[in-house]
Amino acid sequence: MNDQTTQLILDSLGSLLRATVTTTIPLTVISFVLGLVLALGVALMRLSSVPAVSAVARIYVSLVRGTPLLLQLFIIYYGLPALGVRFDPFPAAILAFTLNVGGYAAEVIRSAILSVNKGQWEAASTVGMGYVTTLQRVVLPQAARTAIPPLSNTLISLVKDTSLASTIQVTELLRVAQEAAAPTYQFFALYGVAAVYYWVVCLVLSFVQVRLEERQNRYVAT
Amino acid sequence: MTESTSSISSMSSLSPLGSLSSLSSTAHETDPLVSVSGLAKSFGDHEVLRSIDFDVAPGSVTVLIGPSGSGKTTVLRSLNALDVADAGVVRIGDVGVDFAQRPVTKRQVATLRAQSGMVFQSHHLFPHVTVLENVTAGPVLAQRRDRPEAEAEARELLRLVGLEDKDGAYPYQLSGGQQQRVGIARALAIRPQLMLFDEPTSALDPELVGEVLRVMRDLAAQGWTMVVVTHEIRFAQQVADQVLFMDGGVIVERGTPEEVLTRPRTERARQFLHRILDPLD
Repeated sequence: MNDQTTQLILDSLGSLLRATVTTTIPLTVISFVLGLVLALGVALMRLSSVPAVSAVARIYVSLVRGTPLLLQLFIIYYGLPALGVRFDPFPAAILAFTLNVGGYAAEVIRSAILSVNKGQWEAASTVGMGYVTTLQRVVLPQAARTAIPPLSNTLISLVKDTSLASTIQVTELLRVAQEAAAPTYQFFALYGVAAVYYWVVCLVLSFVQVRLEERQNRYVAT
Repeated sequence: MTESTSSISSMSSLSPLGSLSSLSSTAHETDPLVSVSGLAKSFGDHEVLRSIDFDVAPGSVTVLIGPSGSGKTTVLRSLNALDVADAGVVRIGDVGVDFAQRPVTKRQVATLRAQSGMVFQSHHLFPHVTVLENVTAGPVLAQRRDRPEAEAEARELLRLVGLEDKDGAYPYQLSGGQQQRVGIARALAIRPQLMLFDEPTSALDPELVGEVLRVMRDLAAQGWTMVVVTHEIRFAQQVADQVLFMDGGVIVERGTPEEVLTRPRTERARQFLHRILDPLD
Protein backbone atom coordinates (compact mmCIF):
# COMPACT_ATOMS: atom_id res chain seq x y z
CA MET A 1 0.00 0.00 0.00
CA ASN A 2 1.56 3.32 -1.02
CA ASP A 3 1.56 6.57 0.90
CA GLN A 4 -1.11 8.08 -1.31
CA THR A 5 -3.57 5.29 -0.47
CA THR A 6 -2.78 5.49 3.24
CA GLN A 7 -3.41 9.21 3.13
CA LEU A 8 -6.73 8.71 1.33
CA ILE A 9 -7.87 6.17 3.93
CA LEU A 10 -6.89 8.49 6.80
CA ASP A 11 -8.68 11.41 5.14
CA SER A 12 -11.84 9.42 4.64
CA LEU A 13 -12.03 7.89 8.14
CA GLY A 14 -13.76 10.98 9.47
CA SER A 15 -16.34 11.39 6.73
CA LEU A 16 -17.20 7.69 6.73
CA LEU A 17 -17.58 7.76 10.50
CA ARG A 18 -19.83 10.78 10.17
CA ALA A 19 -22.00 9.00 7.61
CA THR A 20 -22.23 6.00 9.93
CA VAL A 21 -23.23 8.02 12.96
CA THR A 22 -25.51 10.55 11.28
CA THR A 23 -27.18 8.34 8.69
CA THR A 24 -26.58 4.58 8.83
CA ILE A 25 -27.21 4.21 12.57
CA PRO A 26 -30.28 6.52 12.73
CA LEU A 27 -31.70 4.80 9.65
CA THR A 28 -31.24 1.44 11.35
CA VAL A 29 -32.54 2.44 14.77
CA ILE A 30 -35.60 4.38 13.59
CA SER A 31 -36.62 1.69 11.08
CA PHE A 32 -36.10 -1.08 13.60
CA VAL A 33 -38.12 0.56 16.37
CA LEU A 34 -40.99 1.52 14.06
CA GLY A 35 -40.75 -1.91 12.42
CA LEU A 36 -41.08 -3.68 15.77
CA VAL A 37 -44.19 -1.69 16.65
CA LEU A 38 -45.65 -2.55 13.26
CA ALA A 39 -44.58 -6.18 13.66
CA LEU A 40 -46.32 -6.51 17.03
CA GLY A 41 -49.53 -5.21 15.48
CA VAL A 42 -49.21 -7.55 12.51
CA ALA A 43 -48.40 -10.51 14.78
CA LEU A 44 -51.51 -9.85 16.88
CA MET A 45 -53.58 -9.53 13.70
CA ARG A 46 -52.16 -12.86 12.48
CA LEU A 47 -53.23 -14.43 15.80
CA SER A 48 -56.71 -12.91 15.61
CA SER A 49 -59.64 -15.29 15.52
CA VAL A 50 -61.34 -13.03 12.95
CA PRO A 51 -60.41 -14.61 9.59
CA ALA A 52 -60.38 -11.33 7.62
CA VAL A 53 -58.01 -9.65 10.08
CA SER A 54 -55.66 -12.60 10.07
CA ALA A 55 -55.76 -12.78 6.26
CA VAL A 56 -54.76 -9.12 5.83
CA ALA A 57 -51.74 -9.70 8.05
CA ARG A 58 -50.82 -12.88 6.22
CA ILE A 59 -50.92 -11.17 2.82
CA TYR A 60 -48.76 -8.31 4.10
CA VAL A 61 -46.13 -10.69 5.48
CA SER A 62 -46.17 -12.68 2.27
CA LEU A 63 -45.65 -9.57 0.11
CA VAL A 64 -42.79 -8.27 2.23
CA ARG A 65 -41.00 -11.59 2.33
CA GLY A 66 -41.74 -12.48 -1.24
CA THR A 67 -40.23 -9.41 -2.93
CA PRO A 68 -36.65 -8.06 -2.90
CA LEU A 69 -35.94 -5.27 -0.44
CA LEU A 70 -34.19 -3.32 -3.21
CA LEU A 71 -37.38 -3.48 -5.26
CA GLN A 72 -39.45 -2.31 -2.28
CA LEU A 73 -37.12 0.70 -1.97
CA PHE A 74 -37.44 1.46 -5.68
CA ILE A 75 -41.22 1.20 -5.64
CA ILE A 76 -41.46 3.64 -2.75
CA TYR A 77 -38.89 6.13 -4.03
CA TYR A 78 -39.16 5.86 -7.83
CA GLY A 79 -42.57 4.23 -8.22
CA LEU A 80 -44.92 6.05 -5.88
CA PRO A 81 -44.35 9.51 -7.48
CA ALA A 82 -46.34 8.13 -10.45
CA LEU A 83 -49.28 8.03 -8.04
CA GLY A 84 -48.48 11.50 -6.77
CA VAL A 85 -46.81 10.30 -3.58
CA ARG A 86 -43.31 11.74 -3.27
CA PHE A 87 -40.78 11.11 -0.50
CA ASP A 88 -37.35 12.54 0.18
CA PRO A 89 -34.64 9.87 0.12
CA PHE A 90 -34.27 9.46 3.89
CA PRO A 91 -38.00 9.15 4.72
CA ALA A 92 -38.41 6.81 1.74
CA ALA A 93 -35.68 4.59 3.14
CA ILE A 94 -37.19 4.67 6.63
CA LEU A 95 -40.56 3.67 5.20
CA ALA A 96 -39.16 0.79 3.16
CA PHE A 97 -37.03 -0.60 5.98
CA THR A 98 -39.85 -0.23 8.50
CA LEU A 99 -42.26 -2.16 6.29
CA ASN A 100 -39.60 -4.79 5.71
CA VAL A 101 -38.75 -5.26 9.40
CA GLY A 102 -42.49 -5.25 10.13
CA GLY A 103 -42.99 -8.28 7.90
CA TYR A 104 -40.05 -10.35 9.09
CA ALA A 105 -40.30 -9.51 12.80
CA ALA A 106 -44.06 -10.17 12.79
CA GLU A 107 -43.42 -13.85 12.20
CA VAL A 108 -40.79 -13.93 14.94
CA ILE A 109 -43.10 -12.23 17.42
CA ARG A 110 -46.06 -14.36 16.45
CA SER A 111 -44.19 -17.60 17.05
CA ALA A 112 -42.70 -16.24 20.29
CA ILE A 113 -46.20 -15.43 21.57
CA LEU A 114 -47.36 -18.93 20.61
CA SER A 115 -44.40 -20.42 22.49
CA VAL A 116 -45.80 -19.13 25.79
CA ASN A 117 -47.83 -21.84 27.53
CA LYS A 118 -51.58 -21.44 27.17
CA GLY A 119 -51.83 -21.94 30.93
CA GLN A 120 -50.25 -18.51 31.39
CA TRP A 121 -53.22 -16.88 29.64
CA GLU A 122 -55.63 -18.90 31.77
CA ALA A 123 -53.81 -18.15 35.02
CA ALA A 124 -53.72 -14.44 34.19
CA SER A 125 -57.42 -14.42 33.44
CA THR A 126 -58.28 -16.21 36.71
CA VAL A 127 -56.58 -13.43 38.66
CA GLY A 128 -58.61 -10.90 36.69
CA MET A 129 -56.32 -9.69 33.93
CA GLY A 130 -57.79 -8.76 30.55
CA TYR A 131 -56.23 -9.32 27.13
CA VAL A 132 -54.04 -6.22 27.06
CA THR A 133 -52.73 -6.58 30.62
CA THR A 134 -52.02 -10.27 30.09
CA LEU A 135 -50.16 -9.55 26.88
CA GLN A 136 -48.19 -6.70 28.43
CA ARG A 137 -47.36 -8.13 31.83
CA VAL A 138 -47.37 -11.90 31.33
CA VAL A 139 -47.05 -13.04 27.73
CA LEU A 140 -44.74 -10.53 26.00
CA PRO A 141 -42.10 -10.55 28.76
CA GLN A 142 -41.88 -14.33 28.36
CA ALA A 143 -42.10 -14.20 24.57
CA ALA A 144 -39.16 -11.77 24.59
CA ARG A 145 -36.88 -14.55 25.75
CA THR A 146 -37.70 -16.59 22.67
CA ALA A 147 -37.74 -13.61 20.33
CA ILE A 148 -34.45 -11.91 21.20
CA PRO A 149 -32.07 -14.16 19.21
CA PRO A 150 -34.05 -14.05 15.93
CA LEU A 151 -34.86 -10.34 16.35
CA SER A 152 -31.15 -9.68 16.82
CA ASN A 153 -30.60 -11.38 13.49
CA THR A 154 -33.18 -9.10 11.91
CA LEU A 155 -31.49 -6.04 13.39
CA ILE A 156 -28.00 -7.08 12.29
CA SER A 157 -29.27 -7.78 8.78
CA LEU A 158 -30.91 -4.38 8.77
CA VAL A 159 -27.63 -2.60 9.58
CA LYS A 160 -26.17 -4.01 6.40
CA ASP A 161 -29.36 -3.69 4.36
CA THR A 162 -29.33 0.08 4.96
CA SER A 163 -26.52 0.14 2.38
CA LEU A 164 -29.24 -0.42 -0.23
CA ALA A 165 -30.40 3.12 0.51
CA SER A 166 -27.30 4.31 -1.36
CA THR A 167 -29.27 3.52 -4.52
CA ILE A 168 -31.93 6.13 -3.71
CA GLN A 169 -29.57 9.03 -2.98
CA VAL A 170 -29.32 8.55 0.79
CA THR A 171 -25.80 9.58 1.78
CA GLU A 172 -25.20 6.71 4.14
CA LEU A 173 -21.95 4.87 4.77
CA LEU A 174 -21.65 2.95 1.50
CA ARG A 175 -22.54 5.95 -0.65
CA VAL A 176 -20.01 8.17 1.06
CA ALA A 177 -17.35 5.50 0.52
CA GLN A 178 -18.34 5.26 -3.16
CA GLU A 179 -18.14 9.01 -3.61
CA ALA A 180 -14.77 9.22 -1.87
CA ALA A 181 -13.34 6.37 -3.96
CA ALA A 182 -14.68 7.41 -7.36
CA PRO A 183 -12.20 10.22 -8.24
CA THR A 184 -9.14 8.08 -7.49
CA TYR A 185 -10.46 4.61 -8.17
CA GLN A 186 -9.30 3.53 -4.68
CA PHE A 187 -12.32 1.29 -4.27
CA PHE A 188 -10.54 -1.46 -2.40
CA ALA A 189 -9.27 0.85 0.33
CA LEU A 190 -12.48 2.78 0.87
CA TYR A 191 -14.87 -0.15 0.63
CA GLY A 192 -12.52 -1.86 3.08
CA VAL A 193 -12.95 0.97 5.57
CA ALA A 194 -16.73 0.88 5.08
CA ALA A 195 -16.74 -2.89 5.67
CA VAL A 196 -14.84 -2.43 8.94
CA TYR A 197 -17.36 0.17 10.09
CA TYR A 198 -20.35 -2.09 9.34
CA TRP A 199 -18.58 -4.92 11.07
CA VAL A 200 -17.86 -2.89 14.22
CA VAL A 201 -21.50 -1.77 14.48
CA CYS A 202 -22.61 -5.39 14.19
CA LEU A 203 -20.05 -6.51 16.79
CA VAL A 204 -21.46 -3.99 19.25
CA LEU A 205 -24.99 -5.22 18.55
CA SER A 206 -23.95 -8.85 19.03
CA PHE A 207 -22.47 -7.90 22.38
CA VAL A 208 -25.71 -6.17 23.39
CA GLN A 209 -27.63 -9.28 22.30
CA VAL A 210 -25.56 -11.50 24.60
CA ARG A 211 -26.20 -9.18 27.54
CA LEU A 212 -29.94 -9.08 26.82
CA GLU A 213 -30.10 -12.86 26.61
CA GLU A 214 -28.32 -13.17 29.96
CA ARG A 215 -30.80 -10.79 31.49
CA GLN A 216 -33.72 -12.79 30.10
CA ASN A 217 -32.33 -16.00 31.55
CA ARG A 218 -32.36 -14.76 35.13
CA TYR A 219 -35.69 -16.47 35.81
CA VAL A 220 -35.02 -19.89 34.31
CA ALA A 221 -33.01 -22.75 35.73
CA THR A 222 -29.75 -23.12 33.81
CA MET B 1 -81.67 -14.78 32.93
CA THR B 2 -78.44 -13.19 33.96
CA GLU B 3 -77.65 -11.19 37.02
CA SER B 4 -74.68 -9.14 36.07
CA THR B 5 -74.70 -7.22 39.34
CA SER B 6 -71.07 -7.13 40.19
CA SER B 7 -70.34 -8.20 43.70
CA ILE B 8 -67.25 -6.08 44.18
CA SER B 9 -68.63 -4.75 47.44
CA SER B 10 -69.41 -8.15 48.86
CA MET B 11 -66.00 -9.39 47.74
CA SER B 12 -64.06 -6.81 49.64
CA SER B 13 -65.83 -7.67 52.85
CA LEU B 14 -64.86 -11.27 52.25
CA SER B 15 -61.13 -10.71 52.12
CA PRO B 16 -59.14 -13.83 52.91
CA LEU B 17 -58.00 -12.28 56.16
CA GLY B 18 -61.54 -11.24 56.93
CA SER B 19 -62.89 -14.70 56.40
CA LEU B 20 -60.32 -16.09 58.80
CA SER B 21 -62.10 -14.38 61.63
CA SER B 22 -65.62 -14.97 60.37
CA LEU B 23 -65.31 -18.70 60.00
CA SER B 24 -68.27 -19.75 62.08
CA SER B 25 -70.57 -16.87 61.18
CA THR B 26 -70.95 -18.15 57.61
CA ALA B 27 -72.11 -21.56 58.81
CA HIS B 28 -75.54 -20.22 59.79
CA GLU B 29 -76.43 -19.25 56.26
CA THR B 30 -78.61 -21.74 54.49
CA ASP B 31 -78.54 -20.37 50.95
CA PRO B 32 -75.93 -22.15 48.87
CA LEU B 33 -72.95 -20.03 47.82
CA VAL B 34 -72.65 -21.96 44.57
CA SER B 35 -75.54 -23.32 42.63
CA VAL B 36 -75.18 -25.24 39.39
CA SER B 37 -78.09 -26.52 37.37
CA GLY B 38 -78.46 -28.25 34.04
CA LEU B 39 -74.80 -27.79 33.10
CA ALA B 40 -74.02 -29.39 29.74
CA LYS B 41 -70.94 -29.25 27.54
CA SER B 42 -69.66 -30.98 24.44
CA PHE B 43 -66.28 -30.79 22.76
CA GLY B 44 -67.17 -31.51 19.13
CA ASP B 45 -69.17 -34.74 19.09
CA HIS B 46 -67.99 -35.73 22.52
CA GLU B 47 -70.50 -35.00 25.25
CA VAL B 48 -68.42 -34.22 28.32
CA LEU B 49 -71.16 -33.05 30.68
CA ARG B 50 -74.77 -34.18 30.33
CA SER B 51 -76.74 -32.42 33.00
CA ILE B 52 -74.95 -31.43 36.15
CA ASP B 53 -76.77 -30.09 39.20
CA PHE B 54 -75.29 -29.41 42.61
CA ASP B 55 -75.09 -26.81 45.35
CA VAL B 56 -72.22 -25.81 47.57
CA ALA B 57 -73.03 -24.42 50.99
CA PRO B 58 -70.97 -21.45 52.18
CA GLY B 59 -67.92 -22.54 54.15
CA SER B 60 -68.15 -26.11 52.93
CA VAL B 61 -65.81 -28.33 50.93
CA THR B 62 -67.04 -30.22 47.88
CA VAL B 63 -64.77 -32.88 46.43
CA LEU B 64 -65.25 -34.15 42.87
CA ILE B 65 -63.90 -37.62 42.21
CA GLY B 66 -64.18 -39.96 39.27
CA PRO B 67 -62.20 -41.65 36.53
CA SER B 68 -60.26 -39.49 34.08
CA GLY B 69 -62.52 -38.28 31.30
CA SER B 70 -65.53 -38.33 33.61
CA GLY B 71 -65.95 -34.55 33.27
CA LYS B 72 -64.94 -33.42 36.76
CA THR B 73 -62.29 -30.95 35.56
CA THR B 74 -64.75 -29.54 33.03
CA VAL B 75 -67.27 -28.98 35.83
CA LEU B 76 -64.64 -27.11 37.80
CA ARG B 77 -63.55 -25.04 34.80
CA SER B 78 -67.18 -24.21 34.04
CA LEU B 79 -67.52 -22.61 37.46
CA ASN B 80 -65.17 -19.82 36.32
CA ALA B 81 -65.96 -20.09 32.60
CA LEU B 82 -62.47 -21.22 31.58
CA ASP B 83 -64.64 -23.74 29.76
CA VAL B 84 -67.82 -22.11 28.54
CA ALA B 85 -70.72 -24.51 29.02
CA ASP B 86 -73.26 -25.05 26.23
CA ALA B 87 -76.21 -24.89 28.60
CA GLY B 88 -76.98 -24.58 32.26
CA VAL B 89 -76.83 -21.94 34.95
CA VAL B 90 -73.91 -21.26 37.27
CA ARG B 91 -74.56 -18.95 40.17
CA ILE B 92 -71.92 -17.87 42.68
CA GLY B 93 -73.22 -15.50 45.34
CA ASP B 94 -75.01 -12.67 43.52
CA VAL B 95 -73.49 -13.45 40.14
CA GLY B 96 -75.33 -15.77 37.82
CA VAL B 97 -74.66 -16.75 34.23
CA ASP B 98 -77.11 -18.67 32.07
CA PHE B 99 -74.95 -20.36 29.47
CA ALA B 100 -77.92 -21.20 27.24
CA GLN B 101 -78.33 -17.45 26.57
CA ARG B 102 -75.94 -16.70 23.73
CA PRO B 103 -73.71 -14.87 23.36
CA VAL B 104 -72.10 -15.09 26.77
CA THR B 105 -70.34 -11.74 26.94
CA LYS B 106 -66.74 -11.11 27.98
CA ARG B 107 -68.07 -9.02 30.80
CA GLN B 108 -70.24 -11.86 32.13
CA VAL B 109 -67.28 -14.22 31.94
CA ALA B 110 -65.01 -11.74 33.73
CA THR B 111 -67.55 -11.08 36.48
CA LEU B 112 -68.15 -14.78 37.08
CA ARG B 113 -64.43 -15.50 37.00
CA ALA B 114 -63.73 -12.82 39.59
CA GLN B 115 -65.79 -14.73 42.16
CA SER B 116 -63.37 -17.63 42.48
CA GLY B 117 -59.67 -18.28 42.88
CA MET B 118 -58.23 -21.10 40.80
CA VAL B 119 -55.38 -23.47 41.59
CA PHE B 120 -54.15 -25.43 38.56
CA GLN B 121 -52.71 -28.90 38.38
CA SER B 122 -49.47 -27.55 36.93
CA HIS B 123 -49.51 -24.32 38.96
CA HIS B 124 -49.02 -21.96 35.97
CA LEU B 125 -47.11 -19.47 38.10
CA PHE B 126 -45.71 -16.52 36.17
CA PRO B 127 -42.07 -17.65 35.76
CA HIS B 128 -40.61 -14.23 34.95
CA VAL B 129 -41.53 -12.51 38.21
CA THR B 130 -40.85 -13.22 41.87
CA VAL B 131 -43.09 -15.11 44.27
CA LEU B 132 -44.30 -11.85 45.79
CA GLU B 133 -45.10 -10.41 42.36
CA ASN B 134 -47.00 -13.56 41.48
CA VAL B 135 -49.21 -13.09 44.51
CA THR B 136 -49.72 -9.36 43.93
CA ALA B 137 -50.36 -9.78 40.19
CA GLY B 138 -54.14 -10.03 40.61
CA PRO B 139 -54.60 -7.27 43.20
CA VAL B 140 -52.18 -4.79 41.58
CA LEU B 141 -52.37 -5.44 37.83
CA ALA B 142 -56.01 -6.46 37.56
CA GLN B 143 -57.85 -5.03 40.56
CA ARG B 144 -55.75 -1.82 40.59
CA ARG B 145 -55.33 -1.96 44.32
CA ASP B 146 -52.66 0.01 46.09
CA ARG B 147 -49.31 -1.79 45.79
CA PRO B 148 -48.02 -1.38 49.39
CA GLU B 149 -51.33 -2.62 50.76
CA ALA B 150 -51.43 -5.53 48.28
CA GLU B 151 -47.85 -6.47 49.16
CA ALA B 152 -48.60 -6.47 52.87
CA GLU B 153 -51.58 -8.72 52.26
CA ALA B 154 -49.50 -10.94 49.93
CA ARG B 155 -46.88 -11.42 52.65
CA GLU B 156 -49.66 -12.39 55.02
CA LEU B 157 -50.91 -14.96 52.50
CA LEU B 158 -47.38 -16.31 51.98
CA ARG B 159 -47.15 -16.76 55.75
CA LEU B 160 -50.46 -18.61 55.64
CA VAL B 161 -49.03 -21.11 53.14
CA GLY B 162 -45.71 -21.28 54.99
CA LEU B 163 -43.58 -19.43 52.45
CA GLU B 164 -43.02 -16.01 54.03
CA ASP B 165 -39.26 -16.31 53.43
CA LYS B 166 -39.60 -17.04 49.69
CA ASP B 167 -41.06 -13.70 48.60
CA GLY B 168 -38.01 -12.75 46.52
CA ALA B 169 -37.48 -16.14 44.87
CA TYR B 170 -38.38 -16.96 41.29
CA PRO B 171 -40.75 -19.91 40.79
CA TYR B 172 -38.02 -22.13 39.29
CA GLN B 173 -36.11 -21.90 42.57
CA LEU B 174 -38.96 -23.59 44.48
CA SER B 175 -39.95 -27.23 44.86
CA GLY B 176 -43.17 -28.45 43.26
CA GLY B 177 -45.01 -28.33 46.57
CA GLN B 178 -43.83 -24.80 47.25
CA GLN B 179 -44.83 -23.71 43.74
CA GLN B 180 -48.30 -25.10 44.30
CA ARG B 181 -48.59 -23.29 47.64
CA VAL B 182 -47.62 -20.01 45.91
CA GLY B 183 -50.38 -20.85 43.42
CA ILE B 184 -52.81 -21.08 46.33
CA ALA B 185 -51.63 -17.74 47.75
CA ARG B 186 -51.95 -16.12 44.31
CA ALA B 187 -55.53 -17.37 44.01
CA LEU B 188 -56.43 -16.21 47.52
CA ALA B 189 -55.00 -12.75 46.83
CA ILE B 190 -57.89 -11.70 44.60
CA ARG B 191 -60.19 -12.10 47.63
CA PRO B 192 -62.49 -14.64 46.00
CA GLN B 193 -65.66 -15.98 47.53
CA LEU B 194 -64.77 -19.49 46.50
CA MET B 195 -61.60 -21.51 45.90
CA LEU B 196 -61.31 -23.98 43.04
CA PHE B 197 -58.63 -26.68 42.97
CA ASP B 198 -57.99 -28.70 39.81
CA GLU B 199 -56.05 -31.82 40.85
CA PRO B 200 -53.61 -29.67 42.82
CA THR B 201 -51.40 -32.58 43.87
CA SER B 202 -51.51 -34.81 40.78
CA ALA B 203 -48.32 -33.41 39.28
CA LEU B 204 -46.32 -33.56 42.53
CA ASP B 205 -43.77 -36.02 43.81
CA PRO B 206 -45.49 -38.17 46.45
CA GLU B 207 -43.50 -36.75 49.36
CA LEU B 208 -44.62 -33.20 48.46
CA VAL B 209 -48.35 -33.95 48.36
CA GLY B 210 -48.80 -33.61 52.12
CA GLU B 211 -47.64 -29.99 52.42
CA VAL B 212 -50.18 -28.89 49.81
CA LEU B 213 -53.06 -30.91 51.26
CA ARG B 214 -52.32 -29.55 54.75
CA VAL B 215 -52.60 -25.97 53.46
CA MET B 216 -55.93 -26.90 51.85
CA ARG B 217 -57.15 -28.54 55.03
CA ASP B 218 -56.23 -25.39 56.97
CA LEU B 219 -58.15 -23.23 54.50
CA ALA B 220 -61.19 -25.47 54.92
CA ALA B 221 -60.88 -25.16 58.69
CA GLN B 222 -60.77 -21.37 58.33
CA GLY B 223 -64.13 -21.42 56.62
CA TRP B 224 -63.20 -21.15 52.96
CA THR B 225 -65.73 -22.51 50.52
CA MET B 226 -63.86 -24.92 48.27
CA VAL B 227 -64.51 -27.14 45.28
CA VAL B 228 -61.72 -29.65 44.77
CA VAL B 229 -61.05 -32.12 41.97
CA THR B 230 -58.70 -34.74 43.36
CA HIS B 231 -57.74 -38.39 43.55
CA GLU B 232 -56.71 -38.02 47.20
CA ILE B 233 -59.41 -40.15 48.80
CA ARG B 234 -58.03 -39.69 52.31
CA PHE B 235 -58.21 -35.93 51.90
CA ALA B 236 -61.82 -36.26 50.77
CA GLN B 237 -62.65 -38.44 53.75
CA GLN B 238 -61.13 -36.03 56.23
CA VAL B 239 -61.99 -32.64 54.77
CA ALA B 240 -64.99 -32.88 52.44
CA ASP B 241 -68.52 -32.03 53.47
CA GLN B 242 -69.87 -33.29 50.18
CA VAL B 243 -68.43 -35.77 47.70
CA LEU B 244 -69.62 -35.98 44.10
CA PHE B 245 -68.65 -39.09 42.17
CA MET B 246 -68.76 -38.48 38.43
CA ASP B 247 -68.64 -40.88 35.54
CA GLY B 248 -69.51 -40.39 31.88
CA GLY B 249 -70.43 -36.73 32.29
CA VAL B 250 -73.00 -37.22 35.04
CA ILE B 251 -72.92 -37.18 38.82
CA VAL B 252 -73.45 -40.85 39.68
CA GLU B 253 -73.36 -40.53 43.45
CA ARG B 254 -73.40 -37.69 45.89
CA GLY B 255 -73.39 -37.41 49.65
CA THR B 256 -71.13 -37.23 52.65
CA PRO B 257 -67.67 -38.82 52.41
CA GLU B 258 -69.03 -41.62 54.58
CA GLU B 259 -71.88 -42.28 52.14
CA VAL B 260 -69.96 -42.04 48.87
CA LEU B 261 -66.51 -43.26 49.85
CA THR B 262 -67.19 -45.82 52.54
CA ARG B 263 -70.57 -47.21 51.48
CA PRO B 264 -70.96 -46.46 47.76
CA ARG B 265 -74.33 -47.55 46.41
CA THR B 266 -73.41 -48.01 42.76
CA GLU B 267 -71.17 -50.60 41.23
CA ARG B 268 -69.34 -47.93 39.21
CA ALA B 269 -68.32 -46.02 42.33
CA ARG B 270 -67.32 -49.22 44.10
CA GLN B 271 -65.09 -50.27 41.21
CA PHE B 272 -63.50 -46.83 40.92
CA LEU B 273 -62.69 -46.65 44.61
CA HIS B 274 -61.39 -50.17 44.58
CA ARG B 275 -59.06 -49.38 41.67
CA ILE B 276 -57.74 -46.30 43.45
CA LEU B 277 -57.32 -47.83 46.88
CA ASP B 278 -56.07 -51.25 45.78
CA PRO B 279 -54.50 -50.77 42.37
CA LEU B 280 -52.86 -54.22 42.41
CA ASP B 281 -56.05 -56.21 42.98
